[in-house]
Amino acid sequence: MKIILCPLNGPRPLLEFVNAGEVRNAPDPDTCSDAEWTAYLFNRGSVPGVKREWWCHTPSGYWFIVERDTARDEILATYDAAELAARAGA
Amino acid sequence: MMYRLPAVAGEWIDRSRPLAFEFEGRAFQGFAGDTISSALAAAGEMTLGRSFKYHRPRGIFSFANHDANNLFQVANVSSGPVPNVRGDVTALAAGMRVNAVNTIGGLARDRARFIEWLAPFLPVGFYYKAFHGRNFPRWERRIRAISGLGRIAADAARERTPKRYGFCDVLVIGAGSSGLAAALSAADAGARVLLVDENARAGGCASWTGAASGEVDALVSRVAGNPNIELLSGTCAAGVYADRWVALVEPTRMTKVRAGAVVFATGAIEQPAVFRNNDLPGVLLGSAAQRLLRRHAIAPGKRVAILTANREGYELARDLRAHAIDVAAVLDLRAGSGGEHQGPGDLHCMTDVVPEAAIAGSNGAVRALRLRGAETIACDAVLMSVGFAPASGLLSQAGAVMQYDMALQQHVPGKLPAGYFAAGRVNGIYDAAARRQDGRDMGAEAAAFARGGHVASRVARSQGTRQVSHPYPVFPHASARDFVDLDEDIQVKDLLASAQEGFDSTELMKRFSTLGMGPSQGKHSNLHGARILMRSRDATLADTALTTQRPFYHPVPLKHLAGMGFHPHRHGAVHDRHLALDANFMTVGGWQRPEYYRVAGKSRTDCINAEVSAVREGAGLIDVSTLGKIEIFGRDAGAFLDRIYTGSFSDLRVGMTRYGLLLDEGGIVRDDGVIARLADERYYFTTTTSGAANVYRELLLWNARWRMDCTFVNTTGHRAAFNLAGPGTRTLLQAFTDIDLSEAAFPFLGVREGRVAGVEARVLRAGFVSSLGFEIHVPYKSAPVLWDALMSASGVRAFGVEAQRVLRLEKGHAIVAQDTDNLTNPFEAGMGWAVRMQKPFFVGQRSLRIHMRRGARQKLVGFELAPEQVASGAAIRESNLLIHQGGIAGRVTSVAQSPTLGRTIGLAMAAPHLAAPGTPIVIRASDGCLVSARVVRTPFLEAG
Repeated sequence: MKIILCPLNGPRPLLEFVNAGEVRNAPDPDTCSDAEWTAYLFNRGSVPGVKREWWCHTPSGYWFIVERDTARDEILATYDAAELAARAGA
Repeated sequence: MMYRLPAVAGEWIDRSRPLAFEFEGRAFQGFAGDTISSALAAAGEMTLGRSFKYHRPRGIFSFANHDANNLFQVANVSSGPVPNVRGDVTALAAGMRVNAVNTIGGLARDRARFIEWLAPFLPVGFYYKAFHGRNFPRWERRIRAISGLGRIAADAARERTPKRYGFCDVLVIGAGSSGLAAALSAADAGARVLLVDENARAGGCASWTGAASGEVDALVSRVAGNPNIELLSGTCAAGVYADRWVALVEPTRMTKVRAGAVVFATGAIEQPAVFRNNDLPGVLLGSAAQRLLRRHAIAPGKRVAILTANREGYELARDLRAHAIDVAAVLDLRAGSGGEHQGPGDLHCMTDVVPEAAIAGSNGAVRALRLRGAETIACDAVLMSVGFAPASGLLSQAGAVMQYDMALQQHVPGKLPAGYFAAGRVNGIYDAAARRQDGRDMGAEAAAFARGGHVASRVARSQGTRQVSHPYPVFPHASARDFVDLDEDIQVKDLLASAQEGFDSTELMKRFSTLGMGPSQGKHSNLHGARILMRSRDATLADTALTTQRPFYHPVPLKHLAGMGFHPHRHGAVHDRHLALDANFMTVGGWQRPEYYRVAGKSRTDCINAEVSAVREGAGLIDVSTLGKIEIFGRDAGAFLDRIYTGSFSDLRVGMTRYGLLLDEGGIVRDDGVIARLADERYYFTTTTSGAANVYRELLLWNARWRMDCTFVNTTGHRAAFNLAGPGTRTLLQAFTDIDLSEAAFPFLGVREGRVAGVEARVLRAGFVSSLGFEIHVPYKSAPVLWDALMSASGVRAFGVEAQRVLRLEKGHAIVAQDTDNLTNPFEAGMGWAVRMQKPFFVGQRSLRIHMRRGARQKLVGFELAPEQVASGAAIRESNLLIHQGGIAGRVTSVAQSPTLGRTIGLAMAAPHLAAPGTPIVIRASDGCLVSARVVRTPFLEAG
């Protein structure tokens, strides 16, 4: 079982976490077309590689960001969601 | 023939403790410290089993936990028969009754021997090609009757196999020279070390080759005296999982160990030579003979031939002669002995030997070895010392890629993932001092990694320099019976045929030929199989990867995998009160909830109907503590709820509640509840029982994205809640509280805080099951006080989930996830009134715009059955289909016989054209009868 370094609780086993998929920006609901909206709703990138994802440490209800390489099943970084804007821009 | 020698120095057996046992109905005697196989070998039994496919006689071959042809059905004195016990490693016990598996009529006269005569008609892949199609079941029965190994005894005693968790800084797998050295150097660096070995004793190959045994004994005693090292012998590291999680299997226990670093000192597995009749009893690996000799004082035969391609073969010859065993010849496959023949001058040595066939004697065991173009050597044992394969199964599971080293003719680990280290023979290092040095280096590296997590290696990885493995010890024979895989009776021609049929990669060949798919999982066959395949393709092992070796490394009894049942369920605060009222419980979202309360002499239906009537006529009390209960605080609390729920909550007045409907981004109904505003920046709301945990998590995720100024507390377990429902409840409850319950002071959908029955409480005016009702939320610990007080009032009756379902149905209320599903939007569920589309944003709003444009594809409608239909016994169930013009036009989502109305009422998802009140509909009942019903307006019951 993998160990995930929770930014709040330290290293914990995978069992204590749930994943909510990649960090994605929703299109502006007031200006986007129906096609853009449905693409956002139903399409996901399944190409293996480095993904930036939402993970939750369920006992503490803490959501944070995990960057992992899904091709190599390797966690590259974990950090608080507050850092998302700074990291995503980097 | 094998036989027991006089005492051998360091033998594991205790000659003062003889053990009597039975084999195939005959009496035998071994000693404490024997395994089943060794005790039989000591008595001269050469044939211990029959092969899987051809039922050929088989004896000891590896004596290292992969003698797949020495599997036994073993009954102990105290327990019923256990199938497929591995005789080479299972300790003998007094009174054992042992039988060979896979025979018809016993080992000696196995009637399935005839199958070998059919072998020419059973080429590889025959089963796939012959047995399919319409007649398959008939063939399957036939084949099953004669195949398979041990038989499961249904009356075998149950054995408890507990699991435990373990932790260590450094886990060392294998307690041979390199593993012992690694454990010591890691412990010296301050690491807590766990050292495991599948053998009964530590020492590794030194304990059977006798080489450098003094140094190894010293290491063993230093390990025993080191407080930082725990040594577990008789423990198999069966699987390696992500982030250094390792399953350790002992006979009666599994330990899941999390290690800071892992050192694989797993050694190497000796590989056989392939030639005709290399499977005869008496043909065995050199290391097997040494294990028999040093551990159990058993001679492999009276006159032994050694087939070799390395120094180890000559050392074996000297070893045997030192124990007064006659060595007929040392037969070197190589053109020259490489200067490794340093034995006594009278040793009969030959080089450039090609084994042609082993010849069986009248007892089925080997009596001679015929060489091509040379003499035939008379012998009663052929020992093979022609090379090794690294025991790399666990390394592969850890993610290591094994690379073939042409200089060593062995696979060695390539780059290892972080935290994993390999030491000793698995690295291709065969000389004792070098292995100890490798172990010391890797132990220190592992300790440094475990303590500091450093990545860069400080020392260069050691590499072996001496080739001990023959590159191709395979000598096919025109008449076959040259076995590559003894588990599955795979011969050279089978592999060549696989390649010819197009299954010409290691993975495909494995599956077509079943090479390596037997109990030993190819430990003595995968390497040669790959060699044969690659040679047939004019390529080398460097050009391919071996098949992936997955957990488990050795077969693990299922008892270790099947755990004790652990299905926790939750009890509410007044569970004992429900028990006292003889509740019939049902499981809802992990909770045990009263379905209804049993009354002596009354049927289930009567009980439920009586509960419904109590609520309609006076007052009922239901435990609704299982609802999710969340509080939200902060400046943005109202704005956040506006974005989450379909309704508007920032404009909700303090002291009032409003229905909240939660959608997902696709506009699908996910959850609902009641949202109460307790103060300007403080709301309290409920979720469905099953949605409690998910909704809370979902809200946290949304706010992790939006980062609004609000915070959440999940108080689901902190508070109990009870719904007091019915026309008589206002008067009744007023007696317990100073909260003014009058209509003017406490209107419908109001919320008040105060004391009820002396308990601090939040009271919500609710209308889910009846027009008048109070939902009372109290701290968990106060719940019994409140329950007892309310139940003591005259006319209050407890009601359960089943009555609640009937009551809310009479009121026409839909239940999320019962009356809606993963395709239902709020307009289709009749919940459009709860959606404020004019808000700037809420989750699901964008999709609802599309849904609105497209129009509803279904509608949730109320229906009732005509009274005469009920009288005729028609029974409608949930999920029954609506039928219209021969097609499906919807389905029933809720249905109940209403005691209040005296009719069968229900909700159904129906095609829009059937949704108008008064429309006749047809429902197909579970028994196939068509039942007519009529769409009606909801609620079915206005008052009450």
